[in-house]
Amino acid sequence: MTDKIYDLEVITPDQVVEQMPLPLWQRIYEKASLRRLLILVTLLIIWQSYSTWLNNSLLFPSASETMAALFDGLRSGILVDRILTSLGVLLLGYAVGIFIAIIMAVIAMTSKLGRDLLTTLTAMFNPLPAIALLPVAMLWIGLGTGSLVFVLAHSVLWSFSLNTLAGFDGVSPTLRMVGRNYGLKGLPYVIHILIPAAFPSILTGLRLGWAFAWRTLIAAELVFGVSAGSGGLGWYIYENKNQLEIASVFAGLSSVIMIGLVVEYLVFRVIEAKTVRRWGMSI
Amino acid sequence: MNSPLLQVNNVSLDYEDTSGNTKCRITVVKQISFSLAQSERCMLLGASGSGKSTLLKAIGGYIKPARGDIILDGKPILGPGPDRVMMFQEFDQLLPWHTVLGNVIFALEVSGKARGSQARDKARAAISKVKLERVAENYPHQLSGGMKQRVALARALAMEPQILLMDEPFAALDALTRTQMQEELLQLWESLRLTLIFVTHSIREALTLGSRILILSPHPGRLQADIESAPTKETMIHDILFGDHSSEVNSDDR
Repeated sequence: MTDKIYDLEVITPDQVVEQMPLPLWQRIYEKASLRRLLILVTLLIIWQSYSTWLNNSLLFPSASETMAALFDGLRSGILVDRILTSLGVLLLGYAVGIFIAIIMAVIAMTSKLGRDLLTTLTAMFNPLPAIALLPVAMLWIGLGTGSLVFVLAHSVLWSFSLNTLAGFDGVSPTLRMVGRNYGLKGLPYVIHILIPAAFPSILTGLRLGWAFAWRTLIAAELVFGVSAGSGGLGWYIYENKNQLEIASVFAGLSSVIMIGLVVEYLVFRVIEAKTVRRWGMSI
Repeated sequence: MNSPLLQVNNVSLDYEDTSGNTKCRITVVKQISFSLAQSERCMLLGASGSGKSTLLKAIGGYIKPARGDIILDGKPILGPGPDRVMMFQEFDQLLPWHTVLGNVIFALEVSGKARGSQARDKARAAISKVKLERVAENYPHQLSGGMKQRVALARALAMEPQILLMDEPFAALDALTRTQMQEELLQLWESLRLTLIFVTHSIREALTLGSRILILSPHPGRLQADIESAPTKETMIHDILFGDHSSEVNSDDR
């Protein structure tokens, strides 16, 4: 993919002096995915043997018990329901946060005052854990999805806008001049030049924002419990802890981890491969 | 001769420094006048600090003259526009998120010069002019520096600008590639009769490419000489540029 096609760097067949297959173990070891799988399996084995030795499923359920609880939860539909509720709220809050962040970054680009507004607000609110705003949000907006969306948007907003602004700042003067040379101004200039040129930073911001939002949501649900009739994954964990269904608590935690991994590998890595890697703009 | 294509009338260019508590205006280019006819290959030659790049950017519309005006085809220049395409020294002037073909098509479409299949055909034609058909579907990061500059040239040609503004476009290339690019540019000029303004700090490059050479003196940039290009004039240019202090400054003729 990143093959350079310089005229002088084409290798001709008669330059190849030696060619032989690698030994099997080396071929396996060279694959990052297989190495990671190996680590994962090892961790599972350690978990299973330690819990079997401990033999206390109330405190520390084994990997197999957790898996069984996970499948139970998925089959009965409760866990699926909880996951979908969480993801729905998450996507809404994430989208709201990113929308506001892009507007703020564009405002920050237009004037010194706008820039100072964003950097000051970010310096103030970025260190404040979004979850700390939940009591206030509940007071203002009431119990329900609205408060969660407020807190989620807050968790995404600052890191994402800061990354986007840094990305815009890093766009080379040459590219800016090229864009203006074609008569691009205002919003078309932002869409056609600034956003793609800043995309590596924007993608980092999207990732960070996602991670913040996901953590904030689970924490909020743990504190907040049921909103509008159906709880999310955090509530599932809390509820099962109260009923001493610790295997299901572990199943809930595993779901949180797995959703994080799925989003990283099936969403962000794919976006990365199709955009910044393909364009040779890797961060 | 018809009325000139470009007129630079008594142009001074300042830049403002407000980093301290004082507002400081610094003159980069002082009272330059010249006019340019169709199909001229005009070289702006000068040392660093002579304001040759700044003057080019002012013609490009990126900088407003503090005094004087620049008139293209009877109309004053108010801002950047696709009738004056810039080509830069930096290799990052191609949009990394478009392929070679995509870069040319994007330029045509976004500036309103051509759309759809017409843009595609024009882009292909321009790419074949610089002999890069085989990398048309590749992304810029896969190309060498010389190839990138050729794509930038193709993109500029496809735009069919009234003037092509070139800001030391070959200065970052190795000597062999630079010579090759200079030859190709001259061949293209033979067939297309473009109007060029080309900034360089190399006397040899100015003599090779130019039909006319404007020599700028530094601090602030002023027009020192306006001469027809001819190979015999190398010593003359040398004398104008360096006077009696030729040992102090190197001509940097890589």
